[in-house]
Amino acid sequence: MTLSALLTQAAAVVTAAALAPLLVGWVNQCRAWLQNRTAPPLLLPYRTLRKLLHKDAVLAESASPLFRAVPYVVFGCMLVAAGIIPSLGTDLPAGRAADAIALVGLFATARMFMALGAMDVGTAFGSLGARREMLIGFLAEPALLMVLFNVALISGSTAMPVIVDRLVAQGFAVNPSLAFAALAFVMVLLAENARLPIDNPATHLELTMIHEAMVLEYSARHLALIEWAAALKLFNYACLGFAFFLPLGLASEDTGPTALLLGATWLAAKLLLAGAGLALFETLSAKLRVFRAPEFLAMAFMLAVLGLLTRLLFSGGVA
Amino acid sequence: MELIALLGLPLLGGAALALWGASPRAAELNALFSLATFVAGGALTARVILGGPLVIGNEQFFIDAFNVFLVALTSLVGLTTALFSRPYMRIETDRGHLSPGRLRLYHSMYQLFMFTMLLALTTNNMGILWVALEAATLTTVLLVSLYRTAASLEAAWKYFILCGVGIAQALFGTILLYFAAERLLGASGGALLWTHLDAVKGQLEPTVLAIAFVFLLVGYGTKVGLVPLHNWLPDAHAEGPTPVSAVLSGLLLNVALYAVVRCKILVVGALHSDLPGRMLMGFGLLSVLVAAFFLWRQRDVKRLFAYSSIEHMGIITFAFGMGGPVANFAALLHMTVHSLTKSAIFFAVGHATQKAGTQNMEDIRGLLLRSPTIGWGLMLGSLAILGMPPFGVFASEFLILTTAMREQPWATPILLLALGVAFGAIFRRVQPMVFGEPHARRLPHSPALLPVFAHLLLVLMLGLYIPGQLAAWYRLAAGLIG
Amino acid sequence: MQLVELLASLLLLLSFAMLAQRRIASLVNLFALQGAVLAASTVAVAASAGLHHLYYSAALTLALKVLLLPYFLRRLIARLDLQWDTETLARIPMQMLAGLGLVIFAFGLAQPISRFGHEITRETLGIAIAMVLLSLLMMIGRRKAVSQVVGFLALENGMVFAATTATQGMPMVVEFGIALDVLVGAVILGVFFFQIREQFDSLELRHLETLKED
Repeated sequence: MTLSALLTQAAAVVTAAALAPLLVGWVNQCRAWLQNRTAPPLLLPYRTLRKLLHKDAVLAESASPLFRAVPYVVFGCMLVAAGIIPSLGTDLPAGRAADAIALVGLFATARMFMALGAMDVGTAFGSLGARREMLIGFLAEPALLMVLFNVALISGSTAMPVIVDRLVAQGFAVNPSLAFAALAFVMVLLAENARLPIDNPATHLELTMIHEAMVLEYSARHLALIEWAAALKLFNYACLGFAFFLPLGLASEDTGPTALLLGATWLAAKLLLAGAGLALFETLSAKLRVFRAPEFLAMAFMLAVLGLLTRLLFSGGVA
Repeated sequence: MELIALLGLPLLGGAALALWGASPRAAELNALFSLATFVAGGALTARVILGGPLVIGNEQFFIDAFNVFLVALTSLVGLTTALFSRPYMRIETDRGHLSPGRLRLYHSMYQLFMFTMLLALTTNNMGILWVALEAATLTTVLLVSLYRTAASLEAAWKYFILCGVGIAQALFGTILLYFAAERLLGASGGALLWTHLDAVKGQLEPTVLAIAFVFLLVGYGTKVGLVPLHNWLPDAHAEGPTPVSAVLSGLLLNVALYAVVRCKILVVGALHSDLPGRMLMGFGLLSVLVAAFFLWRQRDVKRLFAYSSIEHMGIITFAFGMGGPVANFAALLHMTVHSLTKSAIFFAVGHATQKAGTQNMEDIRGLLLRSPTIGWGLMLGSLAILGMPPFGVFASEFLILTTAMREQPWATPILLLALGVAFGAIFRRVQPMVFGEPHARRLPHSPALLPVFAHLLLVLMLGLYIPGQLAAWYRLAAGLIG
Repeated sequence: MQLVELLASLLLLLSFAMLAQRRIASLVNLFALQGAVLAASTVAVAASAGLHHLYYSAALTLALKVLLLPYFLRRLIARLDLQWDTETLARIPMQMLAGLGLVIFAFGLAQPISRFGHEITRETLGIAIAMVLLSLLMMIGRRKAVSQVVGFLALENGMVFAATTATQGMPMVVEFGIALDVLVGAVILGVFFFQIREQFDSLELRHLETLKED
């Protein structure tokens, strides 16, 4: 493990933690512009986090220790995930230890703890949100795995740095199976991050909530961690998408801080665009009824499998 | 020359009747065109019998003993059906079931249908064969829905969708055939010509051809009415005008089966195995068996005989599946006699239902007392189709059964059982219709009975004595099928 | 070659989109799009294999599948007042899964065949078979006359894709015959719609399920 690898690793985690709220702020701001509202300040998420961290936590009487542990576990999961996704460079020591499937496992762990925490207090909305979240997760996870298999099949490895390196080496080519996978990935991203058309992050109607319903009982530092983790999740997903489908400007192995800086610039540009795109998409689309969510995710799954199948077909392999 | 007349006349007839199809003399015009087509068909037959197979028209047409025999049969049944439809359609018009516009549509489509049948038979191009059969579906869809009743619309819709989808599978099979042949014959258009394919069939890629045959069999098999692809057939037969039922049973099924057999010849040559034969036998037996049992449940007389057509198509398919000179001979003979008998039955049934004003068999009674000729026609036709000696159906079924005993003994009991079941089912229905107490009305036009008895006479003749020339011709055709 | 593969995948995707599309008017748009991609892929094959006759069949596809038939269908939909008609499709996820199964089956079926194909278009046969099977699935799942017909035409698209891309073009006379049949068939079906509606006051196919064995 070289010094530069350690540097890349540290930079990845720190950047993710630091920039994630900014991404959320940027998306909200874009959305406000597109909807002709006065935009909230770009740094509002940071201020909210600071405000929440300074408050005293209030806990429900029926809350168990699990309820209090959940925010830390979820935040931890997301931070570790940020460590294994090549966001700035591919020289990640942690990326060699945990591969793409472990990443899905991390996300699943976080989701499960979220759901447990939501049900812990025993309120109606909490368990409603938890059940919906599990439904979505149950459907989104196979689709995500299929997307990962897709890229793994193309690059012949499940370790993310290796995948990305091989994809970069392959050069840019219109690959049908990658296109299918990308489309499926975007759909999973929307579903997993509680965005439209599955969930409305700005909703105030408890009955339609999924993610928001689960965090109703949290306050102060717990809520701050959960919000931060949610922002991190979006950031992680975005970086994952960039790594697989838009691996431009990623610093490769044995490169110095300048390459990392270049990578950071690229990342910022990509996030800027992706955030605006997400806001645009959310402005244009309406929320699906909860019962339609399985359809949406089945579509994502189908796309991912289709990508896999066309890959097998065109590479002349077994089908 | 004969070929141009054979194909041109019905086409011309279709155009002419599209203009004058509603005039009072349209039925005669229709019959006249059919007669001319029959003459042309006869001339072509004579030429092929005397001069051997023909490949003409830039190799696009190919006529050998196998298809010229069907050309003769098709043009004959086309003529007699046109004769029958003259009084039949008049009565329908008088009773207000049809407007002049519909009558024009009927006449025009009738001729176009004949054109598609003859084109399918004479073409050498497997692609054109498909096109012609699809066009046959299109023309008959309009004929089936001629009455525009709810039931006839449903029947026509079912017919269109099922046959359209089915025959699309056949197109896929044809594409695969081309896919395999193009490597050998080049893309210059020869790769779909049957004669060229036949010449190189031993070198065609077996895997591709095996899969192609599955598609082709399913596709054309839908049109033959093979179980389990037969759903459209009883509806289309029952809801369309009776002359249409007669040509559907007597011609369309034969021509679709012809397409299957042409494909089988190629695939057997490429596969060097009996797989296509076994598939044909399986489909055939299933059709015979299922149709025989469905016969028991019918109340509508046209549906009854539609199921009987499925049964007989099953028998013929089975016989072609067994292969060999004797079975093929018997299959060809059975094709002939079934076509003649079944259309004769539909002629008789047509008039009987017009008399009774219903197709429900419970309400058709005592035909013999009111109109002895129709009654006798139906009775004799039914006996003939049931395989009673001395009619020709007996001869062909006997041949098929004896061949089956020798070569596929396991199938014989199944065939015998099905034939017995079918016998009981039809006989118990026909007998009261013919004998019972009458309550029928007079027809405003005298029925056309010549076609009925002409057909039955031919079938009788084929049962008693097959002329040497004809037998030789059948043998030749049977040899071609291999 | 890359382009052909991409277009082929796009066709497959459109087949799935049609499978899941509820609105009949959108279904027609998808069908037109599929026709356009089909024409494009034919041109791509023609260009890469240097086969001039394929340009004609691309033009034929363009005229028939992109312009004429969708125009005809749209007019029909307007005349029959179906612009906002939707199909009640149950179990779309199940249909998707069934569709995936069919795709796997189709690819498996095509595998032994396709190695005899041309260099450029070897792998597209599997996609063509998948398109055919998916259209069949779509026809089974539909309860409205118009969408069944679109399914039927999409099936035909699969055939044309097989004919032009996998085998690099059938003889022209056959292609014209097929096109003519499809056109006439569509016109007849259009006439049918009016008759069915006159008779039943709707285009729901459940009215057409009375003829049964009794």
